[in-house]
Amino acid sequence: MQVTTKRHADVLVVAVQGRVDYVNADEFRAALLPHLKSCRAGGDKAVLDLSGLEYISSAGLRVLIIAAKEAHAAKGKLVAAALHPVVREIFEISRFTLVFDTHESLQGALRELSPAALAALQSG
Amino acid sequence: MRIRFWGTRGSLPVSLAAKDIKHKIIEALLAADGRELGTREAAVAFVENDLPFAISHTYGGDTSCVQIDTGSDDYVLCDLGTGIRPFGHHVLARRGARTPCTFHVFMSHLHWDHIMGFPLFLHAYIPGNRIVIHGCHAELEEAFRRQHAAPCFPVDFSRLRAKIEFVTLEPGKRTRIAGLDVTPKLQLHGGDSYGYRFEHQGKVVVYSTDSEHKTDDVNATQETVEFIRRADLVIFDAMYSLADSVSVKEDWGHSSNVVGVELCQIARAKHLCIFHHEPVHDDEKISSVLQETLRLEEITRGDHQLRISSAYDGLEITV
Repeated sequence: MQVTTKRHADVLVVAVQGRVDYVNADEFRAALLPHLKSCRAGGDKAVLDLSGLEYISSAGLRVLIIAAKEAHAAKGKLVAAALHPVVREIFEISRFTLVFDTHESLQGALRELSPAALAALQSG
Repeated sequence: MRIRFWGTRGSLPVSLAAKDIKHKIIEALLAADGRELGTREAAVAFVENDLPFAISHTYGGDTSCVQIDTGSDDYVLCDLGTGIRPFGHHVLARRGARTPCTFHVFMSHLHWDHIMGFPLFLHAYIPGNRIVIHGCHAELEEAFRRQHAAPCFPVDFSRLRAKIEFVTLEPGKRTRIAGLDVTPKLQLHGGDSYGYRFEHQGKVVVYSTDSEHKTDDVNATQETVEFIRRADLVIFDAMYSLADSVSVKEDWGHSSNVVGVELCQIARAKHLCIFHHEPVHDDEKISSVLQETLRLEEITRGDHQLRISSAYDGLEITV
C-alpha cells in the first residue's frame, strides 16, 4: 500500500495504491490522515485518487470515514475519484457511496471542486 | 449437526401486513402469465423453482432462536426470542405434552428480543420438563424473573412448573454440555454479548449475534478469527450496512454482511449465514442484501470459496 500526493492549484490529490486490509489499516491511517490536515474551510480541497487501489477492507473503509468526518468537522471538502471496479463494488455493497462523495474520474472531481485545479491538471 | 432457524429477526418481531401479501400475489400472478399451471404439482414447481424467494416465501419475523440438533433427545437452543414459540409447538406436535423434555439454552445476552419468547414457551408451564439456561451474564436469572413479574406479564416466574436451572459459563472456557463442546466468547455489544462455538464430532458451528466488530483493531479481529477458525457454519449478525455501522450506527453493537464475509474469508470458514435481520427490511431488501453479499464474496475471493446463506424462519442447514 502506498500513499502519494500531488497538488493542482488549491486541490490536493492523494493517490492510494495497492491493497488495504485489517493488517495494514493502521499504516494506511498513519499515511493518509496527516495529508488531510489542510483539508478545512479556507484550506485545501482534497481528492482521493483511488485508481490504483485494488482492494479495501472494512478496516480501510473505516479510515476513510474517519478522514471524511474530520474534513466535515473542519468544513473542508474531501471526495474520492476514479475507483477501481472492484473497489467501486465494495463501496456500493457497503453503502459507502451514500456517505462518501465519489466521482467517476479525477477530472470529474476537479471539475466540480475547482476549475483552477482542473486547468492545472490539464496543462500538465 | 442440523441447525434449525426458528427466529432470525433482530431487535423486534415483525410480520407481513395485508399490503405485503397483496404485493407478493400480484408479482406471482404477473410472473405466471402465459404459463400452464393447471395442476397443483405444476403450481408447486413454479413457486419453488421459478419465483424469487422474496415473492414465494418470507424471511419471517420472529426474533432470535436457533436450534442445534445433534440427534440427541435433549434439545439445544441459542436464545429465547419469539422463535421459541413455534419451536415449542413443533416439539409438542412431535412428542406430545406428557413426554418430559430437557432443553439446554445458550443465551447471547439478555436484551428483550432475545428473551421475550420465553413467557410463551409452553414447555415452561408443564411439570416434568427441565430447562437449563446457560449464559455468561451475572444477571441471567434476574432478567428472566423480572420479565415474568408484574406489570410485565401476568404469570409470575415462580408459577412455572418446569424445573428451570441457570448455569453461568466462563468466557473462553470449553465445556461439554449436552454432548457438545461449547466455548463462549465475549463480544462487543451494549451490556456485553457472548458468541458460542459448538463442536460435535469434528464439525463446528458458531453462533455470533449482536456483536460489533471494529476490524481496524487488529488484536480483536484476530481473536474473532480464531473463534470462527475453519467453522463449518458461522451464524453472523449482519443487521446493518458497513457504512451505517461505522457512521451513524457506530457503537450500536451490530455488524454487517461485509465484515461477515471478511472475517469468514480470513478464518477460512466454510459457510456464512447472515442473521439478525433489520426489522425495517422487507423480504426483497433482505434478498438484495444476500445477492450483494454473494457478489462481494465472488469479487474478493482468494483460494478459498465461502458459501453464503441468509437465515429465514424455517431454514435448516446440515453440517
